[in-house]
Amino acid sequence: MAQPPNSAAATKAKNPSRTAKAAAEVPIAGGSRSPNRTAASSGRPVYLVDGARTPFLRARNKPGPFTPVDLALQCGRPLLMRQPFSPDEFDIVILGCVNVIADEMNPARVGSLRLGMGAAMTAFTVQINCGSGMQSIDIAYRAIEAGRADLILAGGTEALSHAPLVLRQQAVEWFGGFATAKTPWAKATALAGLRPEMARPVVGLERGLTDPITDLNMGQTAEVIGHLFGITREAADAYALESHQRLARAQNEGFFAGEVIPTVARDGMLYDHDDGVRPDTSMDKLAKLEAVFEKPYGNVTAGNSSQVTDGACWVVLASEEAMNRHKLAPLARIVDSEWSALDPSVMGLAPTLCSTEIMKRRRLSREDIDLWELNEAFAAQVLACLAAWEDEEYCRDVLGLDGIFGRIERDRLNVDGGAISLGHPVGTSGNRLVLHLANAMRRLGLKRGIATECIGGGQGGAMLLEAA
Amino acid sequence: MPTGNTSVWETLAPRNAKFGPGTVLKAFTHWRLSKGPDDIGWLVLDRANESANTLSEAVIAELDTMLAEIEGIGAKGLVIRSAKKGGFIAGADIRDFKGATEVREVEERMRWAHEIIDRLAALAIPTVAVIHGYCLGGGLEIALACKYRIALSDARLGFPEIRLGLHPGLGGTFRLTALIDPIEAMTMMLTGKTVHAKKAEALGLVDAVIEERHVENAVRAAVAGEMKTDRGSWKSGVLGLAPTRQLAARRFRAEAEKRAPKQHYPAPYRLIDLWEEHGGDANAMQKAEITSFSELLVSDTAQNLMRVFFLREKLKDSAKGESDIRHVHVIGAGTMGGDIAAWCAARGLRVTLADLDHEIIAKAIGRAAEFYDKKLHSNIERRDALDRLIPDFEGRGVAKADLVIEAVVEKTDVKRKVFEGIAPKMKEGAILATNTSSIPLEVLREGLAFPDRLAGLHFFNPVAKMELVEVVAHDQASQATLDRVHGFCGAIDRLPAAVRSAPGFLVNRALTAYLTEAFVMIDEGTPKEIIDRAAEDFGMPMGPIELADRVGLDIGLEVVRMLKDKLEDPIPEIPAWLEEKVENGETGRKAGKGLYAYDDKGKPKKASVTSPPGPEMTDRLLLPMLNACVRCLREGIVEDEETLDGAMIFATGFAPFRGGPMHYARSRGAADIVGTLKRLEQRHGPRFAPDKGWEALSEGP
Repeated sequence: MAQPPNSAAATKAKNPSRTAKAAAEVPIAGGSRSPNRTAASSGRPVYLVDGARTPFLRARNKPGPFTPVDLALQCGRPLLMRQPFSPDEFDIVILGCVNVIADEMNPARVGSLRLGMGAAMTAFTVQINCGSGMQSIDIAYRAIEAGRADLILAGGTEALSHAPLVLRQQAVEWFGGFATAKTPWAKATALAGLRPEMARPVVGLERGLTDPITDLNMGQTAEVIGHLFGITREAADAYALESHQRLARAQNEGFFAGEVIPTVARDGMLYDHDDGVRPDTSMDKLAKLEAVFEKPYGNVTAGNSSQVTDGACWVVLASEEAMNRHKLAPLARIVDSEWSALDPSVMGLAPTLCSTEIMKRRRLSREDIDLWELNEAFAAQVLACLAAWEDEEYCRDVLGLDGIFGRIERDRLNVDGGAISLGHPVGTSGNRLVLHLANAMRRLGLKRGIATECIGGGQGGAMLLEAA
Repeated sequence: MPTGNTSVWETLAPRNAKFGPGTVLKAFTHWRLSKGPDDIGWLVLDRANESANTLSEAVIAELDTMLAEIEGIGAKGLVIRSAKKGGFIAGADIRDFKGATEVREVEERMRWAHEIIDRLAALAIPTVAVIHGYCLGGGLEIALACKYRIALSDARLGFPEIRLGLHPGLGGTFRLTALIDPIEAMTMMLTGKTVHAKKAEALGLVDAVIEERHVENAVRAAVAGEMKTDRGSWKSGVLGLAPTRQLAARRFRAEAEKRAPKQHYPAPYRLIDLWEEHGGDANAMQKAEITSFSELLVSDTAQNLMRVFFLREKLKDSAKGESDIRHVHVIGAGTMGGDIAAWCAARGLRVTLADLDHEIIAKAIGRAAEFYDKKLHSNIERRDALDRLIPDFEGRGVAKADLVIEAVVEKTDVKRKVFEGIAPKMKEGAILATNTSSIPLEVLREGLAFPDRLAGLHFFNPVAKMELVEVVAHDQASQATLDRVHGFCGAIDRLPAAVRSAPGFLVNRALTAYLTEAFVMIDEGTPKEIIDRAAEDFGMPMGPIELADRVGLDIGLEVVRMLKDKLEDPIPEIPAWLEEKVENGETGRKAGKGLYAYDDKGKPKKASVTSPPGPEMTDRLLLPMLNACVRCLREGIVEDEETLDGAMIFATGFAPFRGGPMHYARSRGAADIVGTLKRLEQRHGPRFAPDKGWEALSEGP
């Protein structure tokens, strides 16, 4: 069984010696953790000027109509089309993607070429599991801040429906032996070693969503922290219900105009909205679902978990120089970012670590943050984060606060739904969180917001935006 | 970052081709001969003063001289290749054949050319044709006379002679049927279709497909006899027997009858006869080929089809300028708009496709993908074309496009409204084009801030099949705009015909006369099938009734209304049933129901024709169209008869073997036509009154 989240996990984030080491690796390593970030604001300001994503498309037990690069192309083309500059004027393309398919190694480069950004465009792909789409923004942000680039296209893409079937290790070994057997006798011997169970493939996705260190899958980690913070099944279901209602409302009110761009498949099918939304779900319906990760007594069901989904998202980041050169209008300014790590079995609590870290560094109180996008990996996990911030012991011993952090009101959190209703294309979500935070702040006329997510394997990322 | 202005690949790409290593030993006007260090001779064709290689008499005569030289240079092998970027040899120089009337003379010339090709085939050293790009007709016949054929991956090989009313005449018939499966050989020659390098290799037509960088090694292997070849098939043996050939010939004839009726297109039947009688006997087949080819060459069909070839060249010539158009924005994703967009993307342009209705955009993309599956040759080409074809839900492409093509409904106010919306967003210097089929551009340009950059680009349905685009000028269009639009047509491999702005321009005005007369005949009680048959017997690819369904009755009705309103042309009344059909949604083939009912495959269900069409019927349909053509010519809608003939052939499929409506009129005689029109006028009314323009025509060109 997993250990309770102890302070050791969190104190690591505050360990000064480690911080210093990470700072030396700024910024390509992704985890840039400068203790003096406030002082380091002598770096250039970085703006998020635009962004667009595909609708998130629920995986329907077969490969969806788009590969990861297809998805990146579907929202990338219209995004580039509406920029007043030519696509080859970007300095770099950075794309987050967890499940890269064999035909599209380095999807960032394949995508940039297919987007017509020119043969001379450098492009690389980043991977930190569920944080990949935010990691791409972070790297872009740090590069522009440091004056190494002016205009970067940063995105995330994921086609979970294309996650490959993986041969069992046993089967791979058998095949290796068979293929290298030279004599007929050796081949026959090798053939005799074939076992029926070898033919049964492993769903790559299932393995990908299981932490290799603890052998807990992500749903189980949600069960763990839900239990530790007393999140009931009813509370999780209620949260999930509201996620669907919020997304449905946002869709109906046109809140995603310009952010979600329809995609068209080869067969002429139009996908114009996030199709995981179930506006007609209810507490009754949700209550009928069985636990999926820890049967039969668990609380985490398909209904209160994020959905397995395909989707892509891009944002355009620019320096002040690039903004002036191309007459761009900013959507928001990226003020700070932070990555934290903790015990993999309680990975869902990571947002409390990295977000609090940024706020401490920026001397911001809970009231200063007008809007939150906290990735809805699981309802129980979101609620556990909220509970942790209200837990005196946790806030004192783990977060190093004097008192409790306090309650984040629901009207400041995930106001237009989240991964439970939208889906969670893992490499994409972090990018979407940042883009949507910026768009929602603009719509609601709010000043400051944090986008944050937990990351499978025991990490978390957060990004602080200010209205520009 | 690098500091140069050209990319790595742009700089290095031209280094790719090697047109013959070693020192040049002999250089004549068109051919040059060199010898490499490994004692292989390279005979390279670089026809003087021409951008592409074709076989003129001079080129063949010089080849003869070169072949005599080869023995003296002590080469152990000989390569033949082209120094032209575009390809190997594009075929015979058709200019040599135009106007030939004496069978004897042609036969003599052909016999002389055959002797030279035979000499090449009989060389004692191994010969290797290295083929890139186009290798057609006479070019393929030279390649066939070599011992080996090595293709580069961009090679396209074929015998397009059938499209000129001919069959191969320089040994192709017997060499190809002897080299590869005779059924495949005959199919290639009967359809005139070219095959790509890979397919050619599968057929055994070429021995290897390689990249330029391997040419020297491959040639060395071939000369050393180390190249593996895979030729012929078991069928060759079986088809050496006369009875099996008879069976196959019967099938070929039935197939040919479906596409090209014998009375109009004799060449396929002559080719089938040739093979059925002499297949397997190279000598006899060669002799028969020369005679048959020569007889075909002087026939009206071949001479008229050659005329069509030159009409195409003339239209192509007007499309050679630089358009500087890289991005096209198409507004309206219906059949026309969607197909124009798909076509442009397939031809390498970036395309944004906009429409208010998102579903319609999506359907157009789906249609494009289907089209690419059929017409593009690799998954990479298909992917790239689809990547370039961008569904534009936000209409952002307007601001980026070099050319905006409007293809919305045929209503003046709607088009004007679209213009108002997009004109301020368009980038400096971009061209606005309308795909209107009938509205005068003077009407559409009103209120436009930059009328000089407005032009008409009238495509025909289906875009992928109909090569013509009417490029419509108007009183304020700038020459620069029109030049760029012509260049754009060239860039997307379509044929521009310059027309002046007038209701219906040329093609629809001429077609309207033809279609509306057919409608009158329906009202008189003539069965539709018989009306169509009358036109088909003349040589039209389809009759007027089927054509009306194909165009769409709604679109047709709109055009006829507009023309009746705007022109003084004597157009018959619009029948009430036509308006009813359109109101009921029976708009033709696209609706599955129009004048005919259609099956799932879009084929009309026709009753069988019991009695043949009366002799007058063809004239009743055709002459109003000719009359309208003459009127357009007189009014200066088109500049000359050749443009007119080309336009009618490439936009409507007007019986190509007739050489075009004006050429037909001239061959039949203006006096005869005027007389017939007068008779029809007496019987059917003033709409047949001959136009004044016939007078000028009777006086000669």
